[in-house]
Amino acid sequence: MRTPPCLLSLTLDSAVLNLSNITDLSPLPDHILIELFLRTLRAGKLTERVLKLFIATGKDEVFSLIQALNIQVTVNPVLPTSKCLPIKDDEIDIVIGALNFDLTSFMNVWRPIFSRFHLTIVKDPDLKEELKIPEGFNLDVYKEPDIDRVVGTSTSIIFSGYACRYFGYLVSRKKYIISMDDDCLPAKDNKGFLVDAVAQHITNLTTPATPFFFNTLYDHFTEGADFVRGYPFSLRNGVTCALSCGLWHNLADFDAPTQALKPEERNSLYVDAVLTVPARTLMPISGINIAFNRDLVGPALLPCFRLATEGKFRWETMEDIWSGMCVKVICDHLGLGVKTGLPYVWRNDRGDAIASLRKEWEGVKMMEEAVPFFQSVRLPQEATTAEDCVIEVANAVKEKLGSKDPVFAHTAKAMLDWVKLWKSVGGSSSSPGA
Amino acid sequence: MAQPSTISPVPLLRDELDIVIPTIRNLDFLEMWRPFFQPYHLIIVQDGDPSKTIKVPEGFDYELYNRNDINRILGPKSSCISFKDSACRCFGYMVSKKKYIYTIDDDCFVAKDPSGKDINALEQHIKNLLSPSTPFFFNTLYDPYRNGADFVRGYPFSLREGAPTAVSHGLWLNIPDYDAPTQLVKPLERNTRYVDAIMTIPKGTLFPMCGMNLAFNRELIGPAMYFGLMGDGQPIGRYDDMWAGWCTKVICDHLGLGVKTGLPYIWHSKASNPFVNLKKEYKGIYWQEELIPFFQSVTLPKDCTTVQQCYIEISKQVKAKLSKVDDYFSKLADAMVTWIEAWDELNPSGAKSAEVPNGASK
Repeated sequence: MRTPPCLLSLTLDSAVLNLSNITDLSPLPDHILIELFLRTLRAGKLTERVLKLFIATGKDEVFSLIQALNIQVTVNPVLPTSKCLPIKDDEIDIVIGALNFDLTSFMNVWRPIFSRFHLTIVKDPDLKEELKIPEGFNLDVYKEPDIDRVVGTSTSIIFSGYACRYFGYLVSRKKYIISMDDDCLPAKDNKGFLVDAVAQHITNLTTPATPFFFNTLYDHFTEGADFVRGYPFSLRNGVTCALSCGLWHNLADFDAPTQALKPEERNSLYVDAVLTVPARTLMPISGINIAFNRDLVGPALLPCFRLATEGKFRWETMEDIWSGMCVKVICDHLGLGVKTGLPYVWRNDRGDAIASLRKEWEGVKMMEEAVPFFQSVRLPQEATTAEDCVIEVANAVKEKLGSKDPVFAHTAKAMLDWVKLWKSVGGSSSSPGA
Repeated sequence: MAQPSTISPVPLLRDELDIVIPTIRNLDFLEMWRPFFQPYHLIIVQDGDPSKTIKVPEGFDYELYNRNDINRILGPKSSCISFKDSACRCFGYMVSKKKYIYTIDDDCFVAKDPSGKDINALEQHIKNLLSPSTPFFFNTLYDPYRNGADFVRGYPFSLREGAPTAVSHGLWLNIPDYDAPTQLVKPLERNTRYVDAIMTIPKGTLFPMCGMNLAFNRELIGPAMYFGLMGDGQPIGRYDDMWAGWCTKVICDHLGLGVKTGLPYIWHSKASNPFVNLKKEYKGIYWQEELIPFFQSVTLPKDCTTVQQCYIEISKQVKAKLSKVDDYFSKLADAMVTWIEAWDELNPSGAKSAEVPNGASK
């Protein structure tokens, strides 16, 4: 014969049925509380209100159970008024400048992340060999003849070396562009998982940036973080993020002297943060792992600063650093945000820093002139689009730096040529600053 | 790659650093910090009822000041020191004779890094203060002076010496430092993310400075660390460290000093009551909308070359521009002047503050 249920059990069942009338569970002894919790769960009656009742008792066993069962309170987040809408895959273009002809292992290792998206591959005109690209991608490939056909011969812009990717920026028609060097692999995060660099860049670009006040808990759009006490409420909406700068594991983006001094130095630190670079603060923006909103700032990324001895290693170029300072100044002027931090990519060892030392001194010297210039340049209110801003910066470069070194004079001209090119080839003009 | 911390670290700056702790209850939390704090001298500022005895755990070398002591030492100038608010801690800064200060709240405990090791917060703060800052150009790999990091390509060489570090602002795991409205919306949110970075807050950028886990070079910036008029009889609370932080940052920017934020983390254990907090912060939430533009536009004249001069100048501008927001700011401006007078009295000149010799051209 079945043992009839005990009085306690009947009481618990009754309690589960009448949960809506219960407002306080703290008088219950621990073991009864736990049993009630489990029965509530089994009966499918663990609503948010009921869960809060259990949590309010403050009993450790309850917390342990909640954690062990991975029960989560769905707290409605305080969303900013600028919405982060889901992005369609076809709004994204991955632009790769091919400085190596054999892209097989590069594309294969990124395949799980890249294969959803359209790719634009631009072959460095100086590369003699045919490109090797594996099957199975949705892509457009551009080579020297294509570049010549589109750009013509009258421009002063040279698309060779690392500058070749800018041709990809020019001809792409997607809203978001993600670009990285062809010697980068997916990195691992601090839990050992592969980092989806594309997803992280898109998250950065589609959540607001906060350039006007520093948040000490960094990007508040990350789970578990928010604006701290003392952060003005009027600034919590943020502004549109136009540029997302990622970082690098293994071979960090050091200059040649630094890497030559510390040949064994490899970056393994995983800093789990994205942050907005404050307005009016300049930084070296590396082209190795970068993403941007082409509609907003496309023309501001420009292949115009060429060192006389520019080479095929990042140590031997400054083109992205120059471009980056232009973009930052223009973003500051247009009220757009620039983020830095995640995602990481893994950068292969390549090249010899000491050999490159001879070449890069020129760039180092020129930075000493360029930085004060960018720190003091002011754009007029009438410049409301990226194109207008580039023209203003170019004129200022010619006026203030042109006489200091012919490279600057040439850069200023190239910047004006770039805007012309963008206007004729780059599709509709970029949207005025947000 | 952070240095591993051992249970008995070599005390760095043992005779040059004071730990300032405001408290009204007890100092049991010191037991957990004993391995890291015991070598140092403590300055305990007892808020609230002075007749209560605060028990300090055995073995610590300390001096304790209650309200009676503050009144006795400062006389009428004691009006600038808040009562019934942890803002009173700044009395400890004034009365200290050391070069460096570390201040921590009594509900802050030792945190663990991702590998499970106890974090020696004081040691990290000292490292932060003893290495330069980089306020003039942002380094994308964060603190370049750290082991395993460096300046990235494109960072101007002329700026690589950096600037002297005046402030080291640490962070908190577990209960994050949220304002009352955020606490009310997200009572369960905990900060579990260990961001392994120290960075300099760029020149010209303001930030919310939290006083829970803070260290600074008293000689470089001490007089700017006035925590304002809060608590008993005041219309506002929980903006003490914010006020000090804005003044400090403006002065640091003017004098070419650096402010770092990031590591170390401490474990913040006590979530304060959000309703009580809301009452304290209420006015502050509105006022800060005026205060931020004010601080963003403050300019200090070139002839302000000491912290005290800069601070007095700020107090004048506070009185001129913020009195119309509320009369409180007029009182605060006066208190700022009183604070400097008291500071100079207790720290007669000849004592070091970052001063450019007269006549040096700028």
